[in-house]
Amino acid sequence: MNSSVIVFPGSNCDRDVALALEKMHFKNKMVWHKDTSLPKSDLIVIPGGFSYGDYLRSGAIAGKSLIINEIIKAANSGCLILGICNGFQILTETGLLKGTLLRNKNLKFINKDVNIKVVNNETKFTSKYNLNQILEINIAHNEGNYFTNETHMEELKKENLIAFKYCDEKGVVNDRSNPNGALENIAGIFNAKKNILGMMPHPERMIDKLISNTDGINLFSSLISK
Amino acid sequence: MKYSITVTLKKDVLDPQGKVVENTLKSMGLNSLKSVRQGKYFEIEVEEKNEEVAEKEVTQMCEKLLANLIIEDYKINKL
Repeated sequence: MNSSVIVFPGSNCDRDVALALEKMHFKNKMVWHKDTSLPKSDLIVIPGGFSYGDYLRSGAIAGKSLIINEIIKAANSGCLILGICNGFQILTETGLLKGTLLRNKNLKFINKDVNIKVVNNETKFTSKYNLNQILEINIAHNEGNYFTNETHMEELKKENLIAFKYCDEKGVVNDRSNPNGALENIAGIFNAKKNILGMMPHPERMIDKLISNTDGINLFSSLISK
Repeated sequence: MKYSITVTLKKDVLDPQGKVVENTLKSMGLNSLKSVRQGKYFEIEVEEKNEEVAEKEVTQMCEKLLANLIIEDYKINKL
């Protein structure tokens, strides 16, 4: 399978995610944000980082870059799109995912390993996980407080579009296990067609026992075996 | 033509920065304070001479980039 990782000025997880993809035998290409065409891709990844220094709003400037038009076209024709952290913020700014990411409730940048629960494992992104499986994945963000309107929240629940929720190590989802104030403890969501996933936690940081754990691997292995 | 634009969080969206400023002002003894909402301010100059057209363009700027309409409102004032 072919993948593309989009690189903006200020992206800093692009190499990590490329490594994760190559480890899973994706044929990966890095794509600069000023490019006006995408290489043939089954999966497009918008990586984490601080595109354009988070000027205006996180992801707002990157959301208007040239390559975004191509990503929107690809998304509409069913290509898989994964946005991690700043990539999730960019996807909401482009409108490919609904809602937005507000500043963390405690106003602090949070960098720690947290538990998340797999809420839907019947998608191309999550099929290798078990339902309700508890993962430990790193988060590192200042704006991860997911917010959306009531109509969309109803849709998320009814159509099973919530991918991951923050929980504690026993899987309990409540205010205490919510690191950033996100509505319903949401850590990641799908679009209606489930070909786009946006998530705040960093699965690409959890692919090697030597530096962390391997809880992120199944996301990439789900994608390669879709 | 010059315009000023203020972008603020909608009423029902939590504004933690505004809350911290509010609490600090209160702790400074400014007790008559009721509430604080923090926002962004832009000054924009456009070449367009026709006021109606200029305002339309500035509105577009607000809706397409300066404000995120899910969580923010904007106000345009002619300077």
